[in-house]
Amino acid sequence: MAQAAIFHTGSPAPRSAVTAACAHCSAPMPDGAAGPYCCSGCAGAHALIRELGLDAYYRQRDAVETPGRIGDSEEAADCAAFVRPGPDGTAALDLMVEGLRCGACIWLIEAALARRSEVRAARINMGTRRLHLEWTGGAAEAERLVSLVARLGYRLVPFDPARLAEAEDRTGKALLRALAVAGFASANIMMLSVAVWIGHAQGMGPATRDFLHWVSALIALPAIAYAGRPFFRSAWAALGHGRTNMDVPISIGVTLATAMSLYQTAAGQPDAYFDSAATLLFFLLIGRFLDHRARGRARAEVEQLLTLRATSVRVIGPDGTPIATAPHRVAPGDWILVAAGERLGVDGVVREGRSSLDTALVTGETVPRPIMPGEAVFAGTINLDAPLTIEATASGEGTLLAEIARLIEAAQGQRSRFVALADRVARRYAPVVHLTALATFLGWNLSGTVGWAQALGYAVAVLIITCPCALALAVPAVQVIAGGRLLRRGTLLKSATALERLAAVDTVVFDKTGTLTEGRPQLLDAAAHDQDTLRRAAALALSSRHPLARALVRVAPPAAPVEVREVPGAGLEGASARLGSRAFCGVDEDAAEGPELWFAETGRAPVRFAFADVLRPDAVETVTALQSAGMSVLLLSGDRTASVAPVAAALGIADWRGGQTPADKAAALAALRASGRHVLMVGDGLNDAPALAEATVSMSPAEAVDIAQTTADLVFQGGRLGAVVEALELARAAGRLARQNIGFALVYNLLAVPLAVAGLVTPPVAAAAMSSSSLIVILNAFRLSRGRGA
Amino acid sequence: MNVLAYLIGGSLVLGSGALALFLWSLRSGQYEDLDGAARRILFDGEPDSGDGAEGR
Repeated sequence: MAQAAIFHTGSPAPRSAVTAACAHCSAPMPDGAAGPYCCSGCAGAHALIRELGLDAYYRQRDAVETPGRIGDSEEAADCAAFVRPGPDGTAALDLMVEGLRCGACIWLIEAALARRSEVRAARINMGTRRLHLEWTGGAAEAERLVSLVARLGYRLVPFDPARLAEAEDRTGKALLRALAVAGFASANIMMLSVAVWIGHAQGMGPATRDFLHWVSALIALPAIAYAGRPFFRSAWAALGHGRTNMDVPISIGVTLATAMSLYQTAAGQPDAYFDSAATLLFFLLIGRFLDHRARGRARAEVEQLLTLRATSVRVIGPDGTPIATAPHRVAPGDWILVAAGERLGVDGVVREGRSSLDTALVTGETVPRPIMPGEAVFAGTINLDAPLTIEATASGEGTLLAEIARLIEAAQGQRSRFVALADRVARRYAPVVHLTALATFLGWNLSGTVGWAQALGYAVAVLIITCPCALALAVPAVQVIAGGRLLRRGTLLKSATALERLAAVDTVVFDKTGTLTEGRPQLLDAAAHDQDTLRRAAALALSSRHPLARALVRVAPPAAPVEVREVPGAGLEGASARLGSRAFCGVDEDAAEGPELWFAETGRAPVRFAFADVLRPDAVETVTALQSAGMSVLLLSGDRTASVAPVAAALGIADWRGGQTPADKAAALAALRASGRHVLMVGDGLNDAPALAEATVSMSPAEAVDIAQTTADLVFQGGRLGAVVEALELARAAGRLARQNIGFALVYNLLAVPLAVAGLVTPPVAAAAMSSSSLIVILNAFRLSRGRGA
Repeated sequence: MNVLAYLIGGSLVLGSGALALFLWSLRSGQYEDLDGAARRILFDGEPDSGDGAEGR
């Protein structure tokens, strides 16, 4: 049994021996690779950048954030359908760019495109990772431009901007406009109010004071009516449902303060609260805007990316020609063409063709499965060797996808019951505030010492003071900063409450294939092979999409492709050499297990290339870090027990299970939760999706299947498992800061409310108290952006 | 006290001007890509692309 030897442990020892780094991507050089590049993809990209005279890229890019390994480039997307012809012979195309790391990437792509004389505009939005491209010429030109960028190492996915128009951030813009209006109003009213307050001391005449109050009213009324809409609407909706939320006290406070001030102004009274009302809205809108940023963006982004990635399938039409169709529009019984290298869009039964399937993302198995007519195949698997014709089966009951969707739905029910910390506080807070204000009004009114208007004035002061400015800012400010920090490290935070759930995690469950491991085979002992043999083998392998062939090309020195014939299910045949299965190369020796390729040349002894799915470089480090942080780490894999055992051993995970079905995984997670654990699930496959939904909180890598990414709360990019540790640490720091902030806001209220109830809060005191508490909370949140945080 | 009316009027006009300018910049998409804009300035020899492409 050679299993144990198949796995590179990824321990620091062999890696530290490698000091050289790839000149393009800075990845550590694989053992035995020659030249300054780690793979032929990087060598090509470097040459292209040189040729275009864009070397500045290497000087300007961030030292830490380097481009991803180019390796084998993904299939080029079909752009022609998305090209929009413009006037005077121009055309435009919008694309999503995958693989952007830093400003230098933007510059490189834009500069490379701008060198082409036909390009009229190329501009990348770094925030949304979209490239807008305009050029003179037809749709055919698009392929050439896109392939130029692809050769630089970035994957492009075309999309139709009209389809994304609705996903555009309308709410965010509306909030920003309201924020601007509130800011304008509060600044100008404050200017007038300061004059009035000083006037109290210096004997300003009542005529001037009233004039200033009226000007304030003139600014405040329209501004509050406009900027307060987000709160009024939400409060009204809550009341309509017989509930109350944070917006109810806000709306009542702002409305009452404004109405009260208007009355005071008309009656020629000395005090008005216009400035408080406007400033209140200003601070609350900041909180609301931050909150919106924290929850909306990453989620929309991931989902957008996924809808874009959804590929069309080719249905064979009545006249025998294939028609591109969206997967969900395929009817059972339709016959579908699947090219070699294409991902299956629907479940079905093979009717024609023999090939092998890469099922890593669906079942977690790394070894490709041979497939022949009559066998069932699942959406999400990749057809490797030869074209297949499959007949779509009913998409409803019984299919793997339907089963998984059902499991996810069942698991997600429990998730929605989680109530965020801020909401829990707000729920108890609102009634207390209202009762205090009411008691203040009744108390002063019944005591008979002041008139009803004055009593109402004190009650309004209570509402203003307690208006949960600091409370509304306490959590969103922390979340936005935490989300921003995660984003800079390549992790997208999809759910607003994920950080809070993450902070409570005490158990981490990993999937194997594609999560702890790379999810694709790699050549073992590359150094042991003769470079020249590797090059000749790679020349054959270049024209195949089989994962083993690609793995060979990745580590081989750059080779020129030669003419080959692909024999489905067997291998590749060149003029005087064969690359493929043992039988295909005429070897009958009974060698070790595991995925392998044989390379037979006339006049030479056949060479065996062994492959294995190696651990991610930082897998050991990550698992050790988690264990030493006191977490229990589990491994649940759909792969065969024999393949899981060595991985678990290499990582030091004692609690592992192999051969798990999706339902098994979800059940295991449910059992863990039932025993009171807070579980973080990290997985990438279709078979992990129900478990991801069942877990307290879940993460998946950006290469994961769509459904896993949609289900997961966090998506991390760049293939670094270290993201898991970082996210956990950050979540804890953020949780501490959020609690501190809420605690501070409550203490502030505890101190200020008695003053307001006692009628000691005048407009200047209210303004100072409100602003200072909000600022303190924001500044405290900013501690998270510096280094370790709290 | 007339001077007060002028000055307040003046300050409000200036303030509204700034507000209008902000709303215009928001509408014209200048806040769409803050990250990109922050990093773009680090590169001299900005390629002739994007908004400045008319001259090509």
